[in-house]
Amino acid sequence: MEWIQQLVNGISVGSIYALIALGYTMVYGIIKLINFAHGDVFMLGAFIGFFAITRWDVGFLPALIISMVLCAIIGVIIERVAYKRLRSATRIAALITAIGVSFLIEYTMIFFRGPGLETYPEVLPNTSIDVFGVSVSSKSILILIVTIILMILLQFIVHKTKIGKAMRAVSLDADAARLMGINVDNTISATFAIGSALAGAAGVIFGAYYTRIEPLMGVLPGLKAFIAAVLGGIGNIPGAMVGGLVLGVVETVVSAFGFSLWRDAAAFIILILILILKPSGLFGKNTREKV
Amino acid sequence: MKKSKAFWVYIIFALVIYTIVQVMISGGTLDLYYQNILIQMCINIMLAVSLHIVIGITGQFSIGHAGFMAVGAYFSAIATMNLGLPFFVALIIGAVAAGFAGLLVGIPTLRLKGDYLAIATLGFAEIIRIVFLNIDYVGGAAGMVVTNMTTWTFAFVGVVLTIFVIANFTNSRHGRGAIAIREDEIAADAMGINTTYYKVVAFTIGAIFAGLAGGIYSHNFFIIQPTTFNFLKSFDILIYVVLGGLGSLSGSVIAAIFLTIVSAYLSNFPETRMIIYSLVLILVMLYRPTGLMGTKEITHLFKFGKKGGSKV
Amino acid sequence: MTSNLLLQVENVGIQFGGLKAVQNVNMHMNKGELVGLIGPNGAGKTTTFNMLTGVYQPTEGVITFDGKNLKGLKPYQVTKLGISRTFQNIRLFKDLSVLDNVKVANHNLAKHSILSSIFRLPNHFKGEEKMDRESIEFLKIFGLDVYKDELAKNLPYGMQRRLEIARALAAKPQLLLLDEPAAGMNPQETHHLMELIAFIRKEFDLTILLIEHDMHLVMGICERIYVLDHGQLIADGTPEEIRNNPKVIEAYLGEEVIE
Repeated sequence: MEWIQQLVNGISVGSIYALIALGYTMVYGIIKLINFAHGDVFMLGAFIGFFAITRWDVGFLPALIISMVLCAIIGVIIERVAYKRLRSATRIAALITAIGVSFLIEYTMIFFRGPGLETYPEVLPNTSIDVFGVSVSSKSILILIVTIILMILLQFIVHKTKIGKAMRAVSLDADAARLMGINVDNTISATFAIGSALAGAAGVIFGAYYTRIEPLMGVLPGLKAFIAAVLGGIGNIPGAMVGGLVLGVVETVVSAFGFSLWRDAAAFIILILILILKPSGLFGKNTREKV
Repeated sequence: MKKSKAFWVYIIFALVIYTIVQVMISGGTLDLYYQNILIQMCINIMLAVSLHIVIGITGQFSIGHAGFMAVGAYFSAIATMNLGLPFFVALIIGAVAAGFAGLLVGIPTLRLKGDYLAIATLGFAEIIRIVFLNIDYVGGAAGMVVTNMTTWTFAFVGVVLTIFVIANFTNSRHGRGAIAIREDEIAADAMGINTTYYKVVAFTIGAIFAGLAGGIYSHNFFIIQPTTFNFLKSFDILIYVVLGGLGSLSGSVIAAIFLTIVSAYLSNFPETRMIIYSLVLILVMLYRPTGLMGTKEITHLFKFGKKGGSKV
Repeated sequence: MTSNLLLQVENVGIQFGGLKAVQNVNMHMNKGELVGLIGPNGAGKTTTFNMLTGVYQPTEGVITFDGKNLKGLKPYQVTKLGISRTFQNIRLFKDLSVLDNVKVANHNLAKHSILSSIFRLPNHFKGEEKMDRESIEFLKIFGLDVYKDELAKNLPYGMQRRLEIARALAAKPQLLLLDEPAAGMNPQETHHLMELIAFIRKEFDLTILLIEHDMHLVMGICERIYVLDHGQLIADGTPEEIRNNPKVIEAYLGEEVIE
């Protein structure tokens, strides 16, 4: 019953992708920007969690929360400093800026602490749990539970709170929302805050699960999370969750069949297929350019 | 004809530069270190100009240009090292292979627009890299050993050829069609421009010269590895075009020259280089999104009462 | 069937999602006619233009131009067949010179290949010179030749409108579609435009379909008028008939008054 453990692994890595993908999809939904720096917020989250655990000696959950709060602040700073002036710029200018911010974060990090690895201490109980007669790592289960709780929380914020309603309104039509008295700037900042907090959480979870973190760790998961968001239909929150899980499982399956070196290519092939065949993603709506 | 005058000016200008550098090399003023920087500069100019035709002229946002460079680098290396062909034949093989890759990538992806296209090209570049990573014939992750064959002459001729072809393409009805797509794709289509065709043509020409640059690059060191051609490399090329001015050929050439010098000085501090690059990119986008030159060419600055836009 | 028929639109309609934007439109145009297409905002006029030019594919019905079915043709192919257009919200190539704007539309006039351009073969120079000459002729008609080296974006608004028409003409159409050519113009400019339209129509033997809000202009120069409302044709006839048609008056009530 090896494949059940593989499936659980796939879901675990997929849920990390999903958490990062949520930030991409929310930001894209609201200002149509592929926030390339999002993967690096994830990296910062992992390091914040690491410092919280090793320096302040806190447990997994407090580290998670500290990382989420600080990442939310970082996300808002990035938005206010770099992206805010670009609202009326072309989407390409915004994209280039985002790529720039991404590299700036990565190499500033390397500049100050070097490119070396850090190893996360064991913060999660690592035993095998018997699920339906199959042994599954307790880490995987815990990660899955944390992810699910965060996603439910996000659904609650988006659908049941005032700020969630404002976010949905701004993503539909920012000008109309402004006329209705919604503070668009604050709503966009809130979106960055929530998205970045989720990326920070994903960083700590990643660290606790894979134990090895480094300054460029955000690049590939960031890209893959973006692919997950596209797969689910960018701008679509449940779509990002499903996209992340699907991608995680597909990658694990590709590795399990002995093509682990091709694993990263699988994600990009999915991306290209979805962009060419159904660019609106699995759950997205079609849009049409006005002439 | 008055338009061919510009052509001869260009040729003479190129010959003068070539002769000066060649004399300095023969006379020993330029040692190997400086020769290497000059070759590096030539490679970067070729990459910049070959991306300029895609982004600056046709307005198609590709951030996976290093992928085509990789194809050119590997195919030409296979031609010289494994097939024993002469270097210049290998360069042609690399360029053609890269052009073919550009065609294959371009046809499906160029119907995408803006940031979706950007991500798709990035995806293809990564796939190309992962393919080379997994082929043992070219050494896989360890890389491929290549003999040093690139000389200043090869690199310079490569630059002259790249600029010649791309500038001539730009200043013709074909280039105008491509620029029209950049300006307003729907209007271009409505005016009878086959937009898909010109997007693919521009993309393929760009890929061909990125491939040529790749061939010159691969024979300038002793080894090539798939990691060389990752997203960072594409980013390097992108910054030449963006900094120089989206739509300005001379702008991307100047940016490539300038940044090659900067990175030569910072070669021992790669992090500092990346921090400077990314800061420059962000500041340019925030305060001067058209880049240094905008869509203007350096020749516009000393216009002799001629009409704008005619260079070569 | 008269051989005079240039454009025939039969039961054409289009759906966006579930929404029927335009339905059951029947129109025809004979060679040399100048026809108006009017209707309140959102009636589907521009959508109809987009279907005629291949920007949108109609989901039902048949459009026949000069005996050829336009189904599945891309905009550039439709343009090559001889339908050219202007846009409601001016779509010039802003960073190109005035001359180059027209030369883009002249693209298919010259036949020199990409290779002959790259290697600067004689064909290239011949072709480009021919394009230059012809394009300047078009600019002269519109009084824009003195601005040929200006960037299109630097022209004043009225001239941009005229340049768009010049550009559309350079594509050598049989049928010219003008989408609100007088929008934003003052009465004097509108008057000048009316004369210009009448002139190019005669000079180039054109058939013209015109969307316009300025009723003075439409009633003044169009021989026939189609009226669209809520995506359907509600009337067609001479300006006189349209002016007195109760359905048209009702559709326009509260919108603007037909003088």
